[in-house]
Amino acid sequence: MTMLKKLSVLFLTVLLTGAPLLASQPPGGAATDGFVPLDSLPPQEQLPAAPLLVTAYAFVWVLLMAYIWSIASRLRKVEAEMATLQRRTPGAAGR
Amino acid sequence: MTRFFLPVFGVTALMFAGAPFVIADAPYESTMLLVQKIFYFHVPAWFVMFTAIFISGIWSARYLFKGDRNADRVAFAAAEIAVVFGLMGLVTGPLWGRKAWGVWWQWDARLTMALLLEAIFIGYLLVRKYGGPGSEKLSAAMAIFGMLNVPFVYISVNIWRTIHPKTSVVPTLGPGMFGAFWFSVIAFMLLFALLMHLRVRLEQQRAALDDLYLAEEP
Repeated sequence: MTMLKKLSVLFLTVLLTGAPLLASQPPGGAATDGFVPLDSLPPQEQLPAAPLLVTAYAFVWVLLMAYIWSIASRLRKVEAEMATLQRRTPGAAGR
Repeated sequence: MTRFFLPVFGVTALMFAGAPFVIADAPYESTMLLVQKIFYFHVPAWFVMFTAIFISGIWSARYLFKGDRNADRVAFAAAEIAVVFGLMGLVTGPLWGRKAWGVWWQWDARLTMALLLEAIFIGYLLVRKYGGPGSEKLSAAMAIFGMLNVPFVYISVNIWRTIHPKTSVVPTLGPGMFGAFWFSVIAFMLLFALLMHLRVRLEQQRAALDDLYLAEEP
């Protein structure tokens, strides 16, 4: 292979592989300029994590306490009604 | 009240009292930092919900096909607990998502399916309360349908494109996080066992009360 042929092959290789490489480069300009480091955001945009965590934790506790209270209250009501009924009809208690 | 109730209650109370310290002591996740700690009660709440749904579905099938009234009471108790823990998951998730994703809610496969699962069991409770005679059988069918949805909800993050973390998160937790996570799961599961015990007792007492009223009739 002559030097000219070798150079032609090299030129074609660079041309054919370089085009897709250039095409796959991430777009510059406006698209990447849109990202701003978190620290440089204005204070109203920086969302603190602690209130979210505390709210979640408090919600879990309040929901659990309310549910346990609800079960206990319903159980007390049913048992009180049973006691009243058993006093009214003593024969029914043994059935 | 069974002889196991008080010891289990004591262990659960101790675990819940210690949970904030265990969670605070767990290492920070590198990208989400503090808000990731919601994970330690968000995921166990879903574990309890799924367990409760399986119990409700299996006991409902037992009631439908064998006519076991006691199985229906267990299914009803489990369905109510599933709704409570589902609500817990649905509220704590968006609180985490607001920080991690920048939005409170996203209509993606996992979140939408989880919401529908909660809606199915709210429907179950509404049918029980307002359905009139025969509502037990209709609600039992709903519980079986809801139970069949659980595997789809669980694997939805691996099948569809979703912003929710995948199921591979739990098996790949670091040593400090792994211990804190399973501590929370065990505490939630013990609490679930206690709540089931109390809730089933309520249903049994209601049934006994109905018997008393029937006995009173001439």
